[in-house]
Amino acid sequence: MAVQSLSGSSLAYVQARQSEPLPPPSLMRGPIAWIRQSLFSSVSNTILTLVVLYLLYLVVPPVLRFAIVDAVWTGADRAACREDMVGHPVGACWAFVVDRIGYFTYGAYPVPERWRVNVWFAMLALGVVWMLWLRAPRRDIGAAYFFVVFPVASFILLTGWGAVGLEPVSTAFWGGILVTLLVSVIGIVFSLPFGILLALGRRSKLPVVRLASVIFIEVIRGVPLITVLIMANTMLPLFLPAGVTVDRLLRPLVGVAIFSAAYMAEVVRGGLQAVPKGQYEGAMSLGLGYWRMMVLIVLPQALRIVIPGIVNTFIGLFKDTSLVYVIGVFDLMKTIESARIDPIWAAPTVSNTGYAFAALFYFVCCFGMSRYSLMVERKLAAGQKR
Amino acid sequence: MSKRIASLALAMGLGLVGAGLGATTASAQATLANVKQKGFLQCGANTGLAGFGVPDAQGNWSGFDVDYCRAIAAAIFGDPTKVRFTPLAAKDRFTALQSGEVDVLIRNTTVTMSRDTTLGLDFPAVNYYDGQGFMVRKKLGVASAKELNGASICTQQGTTTELNLADYFRGNNLKYEVVAFATSDETFKAYDTGRCDAFTTDASGLYSERLRASAPDDHIVLPEIISKEPLGPGVRQGDPQWADLVRWTHNALLIAEEFGVTKANVDQMVKSDNPEIKRLLGAEGSYGESIGLTKDWAVRMVKGVGNYGEIFERNIGEGSRLKIKRGLNALWNKGGIQFAAPIR
Repeated sequence: MAVQSLSGSSLAYVQARQSEPLPPPSLMRGPIAWIRQSLFSSVSNTILTLVVLYLLYLVVPPVLRFAIVDAVWTGADRAACREDMVGHPVGACWAFVVDRIGYFTYGAYPVPERWRVNVWFAMLALGVVWMLWLRAPRRDIGAAYFFVVFPVASFILLTGWGAVGLEPVSTAFWGGILVTLLVSVIGIVFSLPFGILLALGRRSKLPVVRLASVIFIEVIRGVPLITVLIMANTMLPLFLPAGVTVDRLLRPLVGVAIFSAAYMAEVVRGGLQAVPKGQYEGAMSLGLGYWRMMVLIVLPQALRIVIPGIVNTFIGLFKDTSLVYVIGVFDLMKTIESARIDPIWAAPTVSNTGYAFAALFYFVCCFGMSRYSLMVERKLAAGQKR
Repeated sequence: MSKRIASLALAMGLGLVGAGLGATTASAQATLANVKQKGFLQCGANTGLAGFGVPDAQGNWSGFDVDYCRAIAAAIFGDPTKVRFTPLAAKDRFTALQSGEVDVLIRNTTVTMSRDTTLGLDFPAVNYYDGQGFMVRKKLGVASAKELNGASICTQQGTTTELNLADYFRGNNLKYEVVAFATSDETFKAYDTGRCDAFTTDASGLYSERLRASAPDDHIVLPEIISKEPLGPGVRQGDPQWADLVRWTHNALLIAEEFGVTKANVDQMVKSDNPEIKRLLGAEGSYGESIGLTKDWAVRMVKGVGNYGEIFERNIGEGSRLKIKRGLNALWNKGGIQFAAPIR
């Protein structure tokens, strides 16, 4: 009986309908609460917040004023970017970048032939997307394209080949973003396979292989990249027989490739050491030989562990390519350096604008690489999540 | 051919797979024959110096030194475009010339005794007399470098500029304060924003930097030149014919200016009665053949790039944005020291 009376509607003090939910307390949820909890939760936190806000106030408005508000977007020469000629304060002279964007992209590559560089950029983008998009169709063909077809096609396309009607273009004319990307791509593409081989060599039980790997890695890693570049560029011609020269662009390409391979080797070795010994023993007990054990069992685990290290090396390498400018190769930095001194664009902010453009370019590329590696890490670590 | 193979093998040995990017051979001897066979002149150029060698929006080089390369190409081939430029950083310019990578180095290189005697190079001519100068603000009211006592001076670190500055101020018993920066850009920015009273670098550089100032008309270049910087083309030692060719390229450009032979009137001047002009332009004698070219080499050259004065005005003089005065680089009969030995 008692149960019935409870579930019935006869009791006046039992509410028949559910009441309207109240809004969450404003001091616990929502933007105000977030601000309270994250920014002003304690005295020291409040002070830090105020200091950071003040620093932002110091930095952000001038940057915006320079880059956007006072910036000049159109113009044909220095007159457009001079305060004394236009009559108002001038920030970034983007007109200079717009005027010289062709030079920054292609260097001195002959204008009628620049479509070839565009095709190359497109081929590079295709290869990169194919390789990096984890769910792309037929990634095995993609790998074959990127590591076999693409290098050969790039070589024919960029240097030219009379037999297929492409005008030869000397590497002396290459420059700008073309060279920056070329040097980085060669460094990245060569460093991973060579780095893996060197890392395996360093852990090998064969004394000659191990010694050779150790010497190579330690010697190359023991000197700065700039030394390797200057050696390749300035010293190499002195060792060659009189009159024999190696292409000026080839020298830094080789230098960067061997340098990055040595660094990559140490990153990969870290991964190899982190794989538990039981994995090796398990592979051996299955009767796998050395190469199968490495390719099927050890390397997939080792490389996943060192993805942050590998991407870190790539980002470093990408920015280090700007060092080739000290040996007279016209990468993006060097094209900006030589364009900014042109009297046609002689204005106070032109140099700063050129450097800002370079910073933007490098930042966009490196930030993209970094985000991509985070995404890959999450995907590959799915099996490790608890 | 075996050299080519050897160099390819070496490139392969360096761990290179796409070795086809290539290696080329050039004989250290008989540069002229080699240049003729290649079909173009390989010129060691600056990596960028306002007025002397800068790339335009298409990446084509122009400038005073660049026009000298073009003049040599025009003298040999009759076509000033048959030249390829190898931009060289200051530290590898001599190696590039010694190793035969470039045929001639025209890259605002100061001629000094040690460079001439110990590097295996020759400097057959001086095409531009430069020297270190000062720039100050007009409102400072200074008319001579001698009045710079106690001034703070912006200069670039670790260059001969800094040493010359010390010599000059010590020699004149003047006090000064050096404010040194790593790059030329920083140095000039510091001066422009008022960090120092004066700015010093080579005189040719002062004019291009002044253009970049926030108010160029507020600055003047002082008359004193405190160092000698004779800039000239360099060639490998041991090929006298090639050195002669470079020397007489320069001389012929000067003689053309001296006798009023210009790009515009060179075709009429060939018919001139003046014996000097006749010898210059090959109407009399066969002087071009003595340097391995044809009689009308100077006609081709002047037609291609103009005479010395035209090259100067177009790139760095009144016809350019730099507006550098001729000064020491005026002809000997106009108050300068550019003096060409006669063709006869």
